[in-house]
Amino acid sequence: MSKKIGVFVCHCGTNISATVDVEKVAEEAKKNNPGVSYTTTYKYMCSDPGQKLLRDKIKEEGLDGVVVAACSPKMHEHTFRNASKKAGMNPYHVEISNLREQCSWVHPDKPTGTEKSVDLVRMMTEKTRKDKSLNPIKVPVTRKALVIGGGIAGIQAALDIADAGQEVIMVEREPSIGGHMAQLSETFPTLDCSQCIMTPKMVELAQHENIKLYTWSEIESVDGYIGNFDIKIRMKARSVDLDLCTGCSSCWQVCPCKKIKSEFDMGLGNRTAIYVPFPQAIPSKPVIDRENCILMKDARKRNIKPNDSKVCRKCLDSCPIAPVKAIDYNQVDEIVSEKVGAIVVATGYKELDDTSMYGEYGAGKYKDVITGLQFERLASASGPTEGEIQRPSDGKVPEIIVFIQCVGSRDPAKGCSYCSKTCCMYTAKHTMLYKHKVHDGHAFVFYIDIRCAGKDYEEFSMRAIEEEGATYLRGRVSRIYKKGDKLVVLGADTLTGSAVEIEADMVVLASAMKAQDDAEKFAQRLSIQYNKDKFLSEIHPKLKPVESSSAGIFLAGTCQGPKDIPETVAQAGAAASKVLALLSADELEREPVIAKVDRLPAPIYSTCIGCFYCQRVCPYGAIESEDIKARDGSTIKTVARVNEGLCQGCGLCAATCRSKSVELAGFNDEQVYAEINSVEFN
Amino acid sequence: MSEETKKTKIGYYPGCAITKCSTSEEYGTSVLGVSRVIGPELVEIDDWNCCGASSAHATNHKLSTALSVRNISLAEKDGYDEVLAPCPMCSQRLIVSQDDVENDEKLREEVEDAIEMPISRNVKVSNYLEIVKNYSMDEIAEKQKKKPEGLKIASYYGCLLVRPPKILKFDDPENPKTMDDIVKAIGAEAVDWEFKTNCCGGGFTLSKPDIVIKLTHDILEGAIDAGANAIAVACPMCHANLDMRQQAIEKEYGRKFNLPIVYISELIGLALGLKPKDLGMDKHFIDTDSVIDTFSDIEK
Repeated sequence: MSKKIGVFVCHCGTNISATVDVEKVAEEAKKNNPGVSYTTTYKYMCSDPGQKLLRDKIKEEGLDGVVVAACSPKMHEHTFRNASKKAGMNPYHVEISNLREQCSWVHPDKPTGTEKSVDLVRMMTEKTRKDKSLNPIKVPVTRKALVIGGGIAGIQAALDIADAGQEVIMVEREPSIGGHMAQLSETFPTLDCSQCIMTPKMVELAQHENIKLYTWSEIESVDGYIGNFDIKIRMKARSVDLDLCTGCSSCWQVCPCKKIKSEFDMGLGNRTAIYVPFPQAIPSKPVIDRENCILMKDARKRNIKPNDSKVCRKCLDSCPIAPVKAIDYNQVDEIVSEKVGAIVVATGYKELDDTSMYGEYGAGKYKDVITGLQFERLASASGPTEGEIQRPSDGKVPEIIVFIQCVGSRDPAKGCSYCSKTCCMYTAKHTMLYKHKVHDGHAFVFYIDIRCAGKDYEEFSMRAIEEEGATYLRGRVSRIYKKGDKLVVLGADTLTGSAVEIEADMVVLASAMKAQDDAEKFAQRLSIQYNKDKFLSEIHPKLKPVESSSAGIFLAGTCQGPKDIPETVAQAGAAASKVLALLSADELEREPVIAKVDRLPAPIYSTCIGCFYCQRVCPYGAIESEDIKARDGSTIKTVARVNEGLCQGCGLCAATCRSKSVELAGFNDEQVYAEINSVEFN
Repeated sequence: MSEETKKTKIGYYPGCAITKCSTSEEYGTSVLGVSRVIGPELVEIDDWNCCGASSAHATNHKLSTALSVRNISLAEKDGYDEVLAPCPMCSQRLIVSQDDVENDEKLREEVEDAIEMPISRNVKVSNYLEIVKNYSMDEIAEKQKKKPEGLKIASYYGCLLVRPPKILKFDDPENPKTMDDIVKAIGAEAVDWEFKTNCCGGGFTLSKPDIVIKLTHDILEGAIDAGANAIAVACPMCHANLDMRQQAIEKEYGRKFNLPIVYISELIGLALGLKPKDLGMDKHFIDTDSVIDTFSDIEK
C-alpha cells in the first residue's frame, strides 16, 4: 500500500519565495506523483499557525508521510517531527527538503532556484515513501556523575550537582584539590583574596555527603556510553593511610629532604619529600613524593621493597598513630571501579613554561625573570615570602618592575596564535598588588592591546593606570639582559615611535595559558575532539558550549580554552545543569538514528567480515566486537557491533563498510538510492 | 678527485672584505694560515664574485640572489660539496639565497638564466665557526704549541652568524656557544656575558655613526664588565666597528677601554704557535700585544 504524502512548501518570508516560485514547487510536487495527496504553501511553516496547519492536514487528509520544504533540517526538523507526533504520526515519516540554505540563498535567479527546488522536493518525497517508523531508544541511566579535575571548575560543577541531590565522584591527580585558583593571591576585578573565597568551597566539597573525593588519583580508563560509563580510577600510592592519618604534621617536620622545589609555589619555595602542598590543602594529609624521597630512591636502586630499606625512617618513626602507623612505605597503586551516568571534564590548563622559546627574555637563566603564576605566589600571604614582593635572586624588594604581556600568546611565530584572555587583567592586578605593597616602586607594562572586556574590567585596568600609576607602554620587548644586579629591558614604545630601555629589578612575563601536556592523550581516551592547541572542543561554539563531542561528557573551565574565574564558574554551572538534566530520569531517550550491523539467520549470522574498518573511522568509539558463539561455546565468527549508547548516527561506518553490513536507521540504502534515482540527470 | 680528498677539501670563498689587500685582510690571512696547520685544506673558488650583500640585496633581490648562487654553482663545478665563507655577511647571503631559490621555482629559473649555469642543490655553505667545530677541534688539541695564561675572552657573534635562525639553523640564536667552545679549547676563559648577539650597527658605521657608537659602546662595556680582556669575533663588520670605532667611542663616553678585538682565527693561530705578524695581528687599530703576550709555550 502506497503512502499518502503531504508536501508543505514554506515561503520563509521572502527568504525562499524571493528566488523560488513556491507555488510552482507545490504544483510540480503533485504532478506525476500519485503518492502525493496534498500540497500547500505557507508563509512561515515554523510559526504556530504553520505547525497547526501541518497537524490539521495530517489528520484531515490521513497523511502518513510529510515533506516540509523549508530551511535546513538542523533548524526545524525537530519542530516538524514534534508537530507530526502530536498529530499521531510517527515523527520519522517527516522529511525536510532544504530549500533555503542549499537553494534560495545560493541561487540568484528564480528559474534556476525553482527548478532545483522541484528536484529537491521530489527527492525527499521518494525518500519519505521508504521511511519506516522508528522509536526512540531507551537507555538506562546511572544517577551519579564523575568530575575530573578538582580546580575551581570541577569544584563548582561537583557542588552544583551534589547540591541538587545527585551523587558525585571527583578525581584529582594532585595531592589536594584547589587547582590554580588556590595558588592565586588576589582576584580581579574586586581584589578579594583568592584562597579566602576558594577554601570555603573546598571545605564544602570535602564535607558534602553526596561527593566522594579521590585525590592523588588519575583516570585509568573510561568505557561505556552516556548514562552508563564504566570508570577505572588509579589511586596512586600515597604511602599514607588517609583513614588513619590525622594530618598532625609531625612527619613532614622531620623529613630530611627539605630542598625539593614546591610545585604549588611554582618552584620559588621548597617542600619536603613527605608533604602537604599548602596549609589549606584538602585532604590536609601528606603524600610521599616517591621520586625524591631518599628511602624510595634507595629501594629503587637496590630493587627491594621500600619498607626493607633502612636509609631513613624518620617520618614513620615520628608518626604518633598507634598501634598501626599511618605511613605505609609499601603501599601500591590501587585500581577502583565506579559506574556513572555523566562526566564533567575540568582538567584545567598549564602555564607556558617552555623558556627555550623566549631565550631573549632570559627566562630560566635569570632568576628575577618570573612568570605570572610565580608572581601570584610572591604576592600571596601563603607564598614563599609570606606576601612580600621580594625578587628570587637576593630577596631585594624591587624598586622598578617590568611586566610583559602576551608572552607566548598572540605570537603564532613562536608561541600560540590565540589570546590567553586573562593576562591583561591579571597584569593590571599585579601592578596594583605591587603598588599596594611597595609604595614608592614603579611598575611598567609592555602590552600589544589592552583587552579588558568584562563587567567592571575596563574600570579596573584604568584604575591601575590612572590611580595606581602603572606606566603602560604599547610595544613589545626585544631583549632582556643582565647588567650588574639589574635587568635591562629593551623594548619599543610604538605610540611615540621610540626605543625604550628600562633598568628593572624584576621582570614578570604574562605567560600564555596552554593546554595540559597530556590533554591530547586524555581527549583521545575519552573520544573527545580537541583543537590545534589541544584545548578540548565543544560541539557548537555558541549554542552548545559545554557539550563535548561524546554524549554525556561535558566540559568546564580552562580545559576548553583560556578563561578567567567568573567565566569558569559560569561554565561549570552550565555543565552541572546539563548533567542534572541527564540524571533527572531513570531512563534516557535517544534519537533512533543510529547505525546497526546486520544479523542474519544461521549459517550466515552476519554479512560482516570482521575487518573493523568501521571501528577505525568511528569518531565516538561506538564500534565494538562481538563473538558469535555456537551452542558449545566455540566462536563461529567475530563481527562488529554498534553500541547504541555511543553511536551519534554520523554514518561514517555505513559509508566505509565494504560488505554493506552496516545500515544507518533513517538513512538506509533503499532510502538514499530512492532519493538519488528520482533526480533526472541531463 | 678521490672521495678521501673531497672530504677534507673545502671550497674557500673569501668575499670582498677579507681577500688580499682588503680592509679585513688579517681575517683571511689567519683563516688560511690556521688551515695550513690543522686543515681542512681550503682552495679558493675560481672566478668568485661579490656575494650580493650590502647594496645589492637591499635594492635588487634577483640580482643579489644571482650573485650569491653563482658562487655556489662555481664551487660545485670545481667539485666541492662544502664551501667556507668566513665572512658572516657572505655565508648568510649564500645560505639565504640558496633557500630563496629552493622555495621559488620561478626565481630559480630566472637566476639560472642570468648566471647561465644550473644552480647547485648539493653544496653546503658553512661559516668559520662551523668549520672549526666540525673538522678541527681534535687537531687543535693535537697541534697546540702555546697556551694563554689569564686570557678572558668575550665571544661576540653579532647578528649574522645566527640570524635568521629558521634558515641558518646554526647554534642557539639567543645564546650561541660554538665560539665559546673554541675559546675554551685553546685554554682561554670564555666569559659569560650578555651581548653575544647584539647588533654592532653594521653598515650604519658610515651613514649613522652616532647609532653605531652607542651600540658598540654597550658591547664594549658589557665585555669589560664581564671581566673580559679581549673580544673575539668572526665577522669583519663587527671587527671594524669595535676596533676602528673604539677611540671615537672612548671620546664620546669619556671612558678608556683599550680592548683588543681579535678574530677567533687569530687566537687559534697563536695557540698553534704561528707568528702574530703572519696572522695579521699588526693590522689592528687597538694594539693586540696584551693578547699575544698571554700566550707561552706549552711545556712538554
